[in-house]
Amino acid sequence: MIRVVLPTHLRTLARVDGEVKLDVEGPVTQRAVLDALEARYPMLRGTVRDYVTHRRRAFVRFFACEQDLSHASPDAPLPDAVATGAEPLLIVGAMAGG
Amino acid sequence: MSGVRVLVGTRKGTFILTADAKREKWDVSGPHFAGWEIYHLKGSPADQNRLYASQSSGWFGQIIQRSDDGGKTWFQPGTPPGEPMTTPDGMPKGESNKFVYDTSPETGAPLTTHQFYDGNAVPWVFKRVWHLEPSLTDPDTVYAGVEDAALFHSTDGGQTWQELPELRGAQGHLWQPGAGGMCLHTIVLDPSHPARIFIAISAAGTFRTDDAGTTWRPMNRGLRSEGIPNPHAEVGHCVHRIAMHPSRPHVLFMQKHWDVMRSDDAGESWHEVSGNLPTDFGFPIDVHAHEPDTIYVVPITSDSEHYPPEGKLRVYRSRTGGNEWEALTKGLPQRDCYVNVLRDAMAVDALDPCGLYFGTTGGQVYGSADTGDSWAPIVRDLPPVLSVEVQTLP
Repeated sequence: MIRVVLPTHLRTLARVDGEVKLDVEGPVTQRAVLDALEARYPMLRGTVRDYVTHRRRAFVRFFACEQDLSHASPDAPLPDAVATGAEPLLIVGAMAGG
Repeated sequence: MSGVRVLVGTRKGTFILTADAKREKWDVSGPHFAGWEIYHLKGSPADQNRLYASQSSGWFGQIIQRSDDGGKTWFQPGTPPGEPMTTPDGMPKGESNKFVYDTSPETGAPLTTHQFYDGNAVPWVFKRVWHLEPSLTDPDTVYAGVEDAALFHSTDGGQTWQELPELRGAQGHLWQPGAGGMCLHTIVLDPSHPARIFIAISAAGTFRTDDAGTTWRPMNRGLRSEGIPNPHAEVGHCVHRIAMHPSRPHVLFMQKHWDVMRSDDAGESWHEVSGNLPTDFGFPIDVHAHEPDTIYVVPITSDSEHYPPEGKLRVYRSRTGGNEWEALTKGLPQRDCYVNVLRDAMAVDALDPCGLYFGTTGGQVYGSADTGDSWAPIVRDLPPVLSVEVQTLP
């Protein structure tokens, strides 16, 4: 079971409180987790990554285990602690602006 | 009892203002979609309870919201949570946030390019929905004007969106962004000619289709813009808004970057009607609900000074279809006022006498229940107002 923490606005859109728990088949990567997230919550499609290119939106960041994984390959394995559910993957709306 | 429902889009959410036909006492609900930019929301003329809203953010992109109960509750009209994203035969189901330009079958890249500020040709990239225009007759059909400029439509209540790509064939390679981006911000449907649609783009101009989007023509003859190499070019004009009275659909009024214009031949040609306005720069323009020759604008000082001249917030009314204008000031601040009124932030109701509403970048929404003769603030301290629409309720 993969644990994902969404930013407030996306929790509102998905109508969830707290963490989201997802089943991911196969290797646990950013892409696999986002595929599972969007399948479970279709209203989030296009909000974390672009519809067409599937590139991360510029002001969205991925953190886990005190690491910034935002620039990692979407097909790179996530840390074991995320894959085992010991730690959540944090999807964060970046601090930006003045 | 009849009344009005004023739909206000702001930088930080939507507010819905309701009143009875006297339009004196107002109920305010909101914010809906708190924290999100609401560029526009509008009700269906065919079903007063059907509303569409464009919700967007620099972080999380574009969301389409729909209400079927007059704005009490909202939902995204795509596939509900927990349902499979494909049909049993593998076809994708509704994805209401998905605005994808027509692409080349060979490369998968969006078709055609447009001009960028630096003169380079760049491909279309979707950014947001600026304007939603529900069909006059079908609550499930709605048009969306987007940035980068293109026209989409949905015929399933906003569940899925398809581009009308032929518009970009109307010299789209010459279009370029205005200061606010390259946006399709105005959609006017002709009630007498269901296949005729007018749209306006900054900074490209006005375009018209007479065959429901299969072919489009620029409709900019008579416009003059000093800021482009050929002031009379066929495309490249920064049109801010156009308006039509439904009883006289061949007459159009336009607030251009500079100049207030009028067409008496469905956009084939335009002539200036700025007349005695203190400045002919501005954004909104609208037509009285019952008097097709009574029109309203809000003059703004200049393209670099987006506030009213002399710090006086004045709506100007012409009862002659332009050229002769009178200032409407009663109830509006006449000193130290430096707000702007954006292009979609003015609306008229269909009561008698006709009511007018406009919102400012300072967060005020003003209303007039007497055709503009006097005004009063309905709310004073909203986030900056991006759009104002009104529904007249039976």
